[in-house]
Amino acid sequence: MTSRKALNVIQDGGADPLGAEPMNPSRRAFLRTAAAGAAVSALAGCGVDVGEFLRSHFKELSRDELAKVLAKVERRNKERFGKDTKVTAEGPRPGVEFGYGLDISRCVGCRRCVYACVKENNQSREQPQIHWIRVLEMEKDHGVDLAHSELYYDADTVPRPGKFYFPVQCQQCRNPPCVKACPTQATWKEQDGIVVIDYDWCIGCRCCMSACPYGARHMNWAEPKLPAAELNPVQHYLGNRPRPKGVVEKCTFCIQRTRNGRYPACVEVCPVGARKFGNLLDPESEIRRVMETKRVFVFKEELATHPQFYYFYAT
Amino acid sequence: MSGVFEFLKGCVRQVVSGGKAYKAWVAFLLATILVGALAYAEQARGGLIVTNMRDEVSWAFYIGNFTFLVGVAAAAVLLVIPAYVYQWKPIKEVVVLGELLAISALVMCLLFILVDMGRPERFLHIMPFVGTPNFPRSLLTWDALVLNSYLLVNVVLVSYLMFKTYRGQSYDKRIFLPLVLLSIPVSLSTHTVTAFLYNGMAARPYWNASILAPRFIASAFCSGPAVMIILFQVLRKAFKFPIQNEAIWKIAELMSYAMFVNLFLLGAELFKEYYSATEHLLYTQYLWTGIGEHRTLVPYAWFALFCSVVAFVLFLIPWTRRNFATLNLGCLLIWAGVYIEKGMGLIIPGMTPDTLGQIYEYKPTLVEWGVAAGVFGVGFLVFTLLVKIAVPILVGTFRAEGAAASAEAPDARVAAH
Repeated sequence: MTSRKALNVIQDGGADPLGAEPMNPSRRAFLRTAAAGAAVSALAGCGVDVGEFLRSHFKELSRDELAKVLAKVERRNKERFGKDTKVTAEGPRPGVEFGYGLDISRCVGCRRCVYACVKENNQSREQPQIHWIRVLEMEKDHGVDLAHSELYYDADTVPRPGKFYFPVQCQQCRNPPCVKACPTQATWKEQDGIVVIDYDWCIGCRCCMSACPYGARHMNWAEPKLPAAELNPVQHYLGNRPRPKGVVEKCTFCIQRTRNGRYPACVEVCPVGARKFGNLLDPESEIRRVMETKRVFVFKEELATHPQFYYFYAT
Repeated sequence: MSGVFEFLKGCVRQVVSGGKAYKAWVAFLLATILVGALAYAEQARGGLIVTNMRDEVSWAFYIGNFTFLVGVAAAAVLLVIPAYVYQWKPIKEVVVLGELLAISALVMCLLFILVDMGRPERFLHIMPFVGTPNFPRSLLTWDALVLNSYLLVNVVLVSYLMFKTYRGQSYDKRIFLPLVLLSIPVSLSTHTVTAFLYNGMAARPYWNASILAPRFIASAFCSGPAVMIILFQVLRKAFKFPIQNEAIWKIAELMSYAMFVNLFLLGAELFKEYYSATEHLLYTQYLWTGIGEHRTLVPYAWFALFCSVVAFVLFLIPWTRRNFATLNLGCLLIWAGVYIEKGMGLIIPGMTPDTLGQIYEYKPTLVEWGVAAGVFGVGFLVFTLLVKIAVPILVGTFRAEGAAASAEAPDARVAAH
């Protein structure tokens, strides 16, 4: 395995970091301005950000508008945490489709991935405590059986006899029920397979949470509590930037890392090497190697969500 | 449109005048609205964390109430069908009251959705033209569409009818009938689409059953008319409103058939779950017997079933159907039974256990009760005020000047029938 390229995601002539398609100034934006005129003055009085209220959908933003939006997020970060941050909107790279492999026979249930993810992705630490990765302790007698699984096991004593561990996070479905359910197109699937959310477009209706079969989507039931000292300043607009209250968030395969050729934090931290990641379109990648030499399966295959997240038993 | 201003002034006069009981009722409703406003202010400040909803149970009390009220809104207008088929003389009155109830229920539905949203100020994002509605893929956009269309049809229809009657003119059947006939499929579609909102989610086996929409319609045929029966009696006493006993008994009889269908479909669902006993049985078990020590919903489920069965029997037997004491008891039982069944009994087991098999036992917080009380307060207030304006118009005591005498005749004939 050592001779193989660990993570071949960067190709020559990398994509436009501000998004793939050229944008037209949209008629929609005009309509919004016209229709919302009256409402704006009312909302401005209630302390709602008028610029945000009148903004276009992320995919309709021109290059200049996007730059302004990113600058605003950085400014907001500064106000909220008193720290300088770098927020980008790096787009998907051509010829890349991410795939993830999880070796159930290796995982020991230590939850290091859970906490590395929380740190990397600026999740709320408490009230609400948000974990994008959830590790289930299962009984060897039952196999993968959710009715006999335990989320709140004591991770200091793992692995426990008679148990095995089954981590679940966003499966980046090819047929994502969450995207279908979202009434505002605030969540969508990108070219490289990552399902993203625009936290400034989400209305917090939670249809996606009802639709997701993997419990991968999490609500900011309150203003996220994130200590300034622990803020990760390297941020992606559709990924780990600090979220506002009342919107939904989820795993993005560490979009801020992987689109720059790095591993997701959970892959990097795993002490037993149970986590594999790479480009599905690259025959030389680690994930393709796993799929060729091991037998993989997907979670809840009967729902035909077609995940880009594969489980396997290496030994 | 001369006289609109006079009409509006007259409406205000109707609303502010009234007996002691009326004023006490309005004061009570204003008090519940105040409670709701305070509770909502608390939620707006702290976020939805002041509710007991969490990632495991991410829709709960608000959405349950919403679902129940969609049924009430739909069924009120469905009364038009028997009124039309059986050629009841006071069909206009039945239509108007049904539509008023539908309008009030729809106001509550929309409010319950609004208070459930994490970012209500971004409502424009779901609107056509100014936002980016995910239409036709997302069922919530469909639901917003049909609920608002239904509200619009009802408002137009009632306004037209009321204004015409107020002016002492007879309504134009070419406008009235098509609108009434349109409101029937639209009312059915509101409930069907709401059922599909849950039904379409493969992640939730408890909802992902095709029997859901038919059950919605069957139970709606019970809960909506239950309100109407009580209302007819109140109005008869207070305003000499021309509704005959036979019409009320006929509604009760139709309700017993609807309840039979509802119970039959429930039985079909329970058989399938318990006999095949797959992993999907867990959700049904959580509702009816509990899972281990998790039994929060169990007493409510059995209480709801008890209410529904007793009401069914009361409405089935002619003697108890015609006795107003047992009839009204039946209405209350139906209301309670369907409220539990279509509210918490539908939403919570859909999410317990959650998609990863974990059990979080949900119970609404005081804030949730407060907000819900406020929403019901708004709905009942809207209904009270609308009825306060509409009924005097219908019985001919609130008329444009010079129109009063001529308009009496058709209503008087109806009453005599």
